[in-house]
Amino acid sequence: MAEFSLPKNSKIQKGKHFAAKPGAKQVRQFRVYRWNPDDGANPRVDTYDVDLAACGPMVLDALIKIKNEIDPTLTFRRSCREGICGSCAMNIDGTNTLACTKAIEDCGSGKGDVPVYPLPHMSVVKDLVPDLTHFYAQYASIKPWLRSQTPAPPKERLQSKEDRARLDGLYECILCACCSTSCPSYWWNGDRYLGPAILLQAYRWIVDSRDEDTGERLDDLEDPFKLYRCHTIMNCARTCPKGLNPAKAIAEIKKLMIERRA
Amino acid sequence: MSRFDRFRAPIKNARGLGSAKDGVHHFIVQRITAVALLFLAIYVVGLVVTLAGADYATARAAVAHPANAVLLVAFLLAMFWHAQLGLQVVIEDYVHTPWLAIASQLAVRFACVLAALASVFAVVRIALGT
Repeated sequence: MAEFSLPKNSKIQKGKHFAAKPGAKQVRQFRVYRWNPDDGANPRVDTYDVDLAACGPMVLDALIKIKNEIDPTLTFRRSCREGICGSCAMNIDGTNTLACTKAIEDCGSGKGDVPVYPLPHMSVVKDLVPDLTHFYAQYASIKPWLRSQTPAPPKERLQSKEDRARLDGLYECILCACCSTSCPSYWWNGDRYLGPAILLQAYRWIVDSRDEDTGERLDDLEDPFKLYRCHTIMNCARTCPKGLNPAKAIAEIKKLMIERRA
Repeated sequence: MSRFDRFRAPIKNARGLGSAKDGVHHFIVQRITAVALLFLAIYVVGLVVTLAGADYATARAAVAHPANAVLLVAFLLAMFWHAQLGLQVVIEDYVHTPWLAIASQLAVRFACVLAALASVFAVVRIALGT
């Protein structure tokens, strides 16, 4: 059954407050989810006063500042700091997004505190780091590479401009998992439902004119849980930090499922 | 199957029991019944409105009219069919205790079929005047 309340050891408690240093000019509070697998304590929300006058503009800048100058125990993933690696996906100000492309001034109405949590409904490894093992395994399960019977040509496999254009809005996906972890269907049935990110990736190969395994790909997706748990809730399209529309990709897969019967 | 079974390779959990190679039929029938209900529901509401304030004999005569009787039966079948398909999805979404899931799926199907049979029987009985 879906669970409506958190188990005892998951209840979030009030955490520590790291007050601003004297002389801070432009203080904004960041409320950050903390959980350590090693201390046996419940998760808590720590509050950090960050001086924005001495901080970069993005939420990731603030997190790095906290880790460097205030509390080195804060744990989070980050790498490219420009929205292309997907490492710093987290729930900021109530929406899944990338900390590196989310401006601090866009949180709330430009003031008030900034809540920062890990991606929703995933096991937490530590603090803001979710366990994405199953998510990556689901990606591997769709065999996300070009599958072709035609022997590889001496140079590249050609594609018309129109066919190449079909990949726009799909190839940009960085697999940050913001969409999948915003999807209630993925929350309740993520063990079997592939979720918006993986289905968008699946469609990226289905619609690729150079891929010759289209039918097998559709066969593998035709399943009440793998595909049809999508109820067009649209959280995926709303939250995608790259501005993509996974719900549309899923709808296109559903259309192809009908097209090959009718 | 638990998604956090640490003794299994992640790909084993992800692939699970494989594709059921099914689901399109459910999707199509759900949409067909939805389109049918779009028209039939408007018709039924219209019928009820025209009968507002009418006495029992008038209402009964309206239901007994062949066109009304056929459309009412169509509405009832489409509605209970659609309801069953929708409730099935709700249970699949939220009920994860195996015995409870099977029991509630059975209960929904039995209830929808019985309700459809009973309501169709009522219309037919009036239409055939027995």
